[in-house]
Amino acid sequence: MIGLSHYLIVSAIIFSIGLVGVLRRRNLLMLFFATEVMLNAVNIAFAAISHYYNDLTGQMFAFFIIAIAASEVAVGLGLLIVLYKKYGSLDLDDLASMKG
Amino acid sequence: MYEVVAFYLFSVLTIGLFLVTVMSKNVLYAMTSLAAGMVLISGFFFILGADFLGVVQLIVYVGAIMALYSFAMMFFDATKDIKEKNTSNALVFLLGGLSALVLVLMFSAPIHSDAIQALYPMHEGVGNAQDVGIVLFTKYLVPFEVAAVMLLVAMIAGIILAGKKMDDSLTEDLSADDEILTQKDEK
Repeated sequence: MIGLSHYLIVSAIIFSIGLVGVLRRRNLLMLFFATEVMLNAVNIAFAAISHYYNDLTGQMFAFFIIAIAASEVAVGLGLLIVLYKKYGSLDLDDLASMKG
Repeated sequence: MYEVVAFYLFSVLTIGLFLVTVMSKNVLYAMTSLAAGMVLISGFFFILGADFLGVVQLIVYVGAIMALYSFAMMFFDATKDIKEKNTSNALVFLLGGLSALVLVLMFSAPIHSDAIQALYPMHEGVGNAQDVGIVLFTKYLVPFEVAAVMLLVAMIAGIILAGKKMDDSLTEDLSADDEILTQKDEK
């Protein structure tokens, strides 16, 4: 039988996949994809906890996370388009303007 | 029995697809596998009895967000591979694994305490959508309205940011235009 810990382990694995993506990617669009992966992992955890504790609060938080993800993508893609117009590249190493 | 089979199938497929998303060099492959992984995640929600959340996941993530990404893909050159100067993989995987461990500890800490009790319990015999609607429009009404305003602000910001100077060519590849013109002349 599938318990809560199964879901939490899957969620943690997916979250760490997204985290590895955020750490090793240099392209801004790929960083966005990795962020989406992390948000989805958290949603799985919320839905699983909501189911196993018979409580609706987890699902509510998942709804608000989805709304936040949607607005993040809208604003972020606008910023990416502006950056691409200005620099012609989405690579973080090319975009670094402060040489430290 | 079916639940077990579905859970393992969905989790293996989702993890594989998201690994492709994170590791792939091609933007199109990454985006397609991300969309497929999100469809499978809505399958998790259906198993868990959160029907409305699953439908919202399908509509918003797979419908809206993926469509937004694929429209944005038209601005960037999606066909060529991305060349990245990656940092050392061993360090990244070590850091990722360590943070995953911390995450599991954080998640499992409240489970072992018995202090959790249901604030808004689900009702027997009432559909999930009805239950969600009642809680969303009574207890969470103010956050709901704030989220609506936030989506409006995000929409306006997206239009303003992306819509400026829409008539300029992004790729600045004038030679391709000349090529097309000469081909037309030769005909």
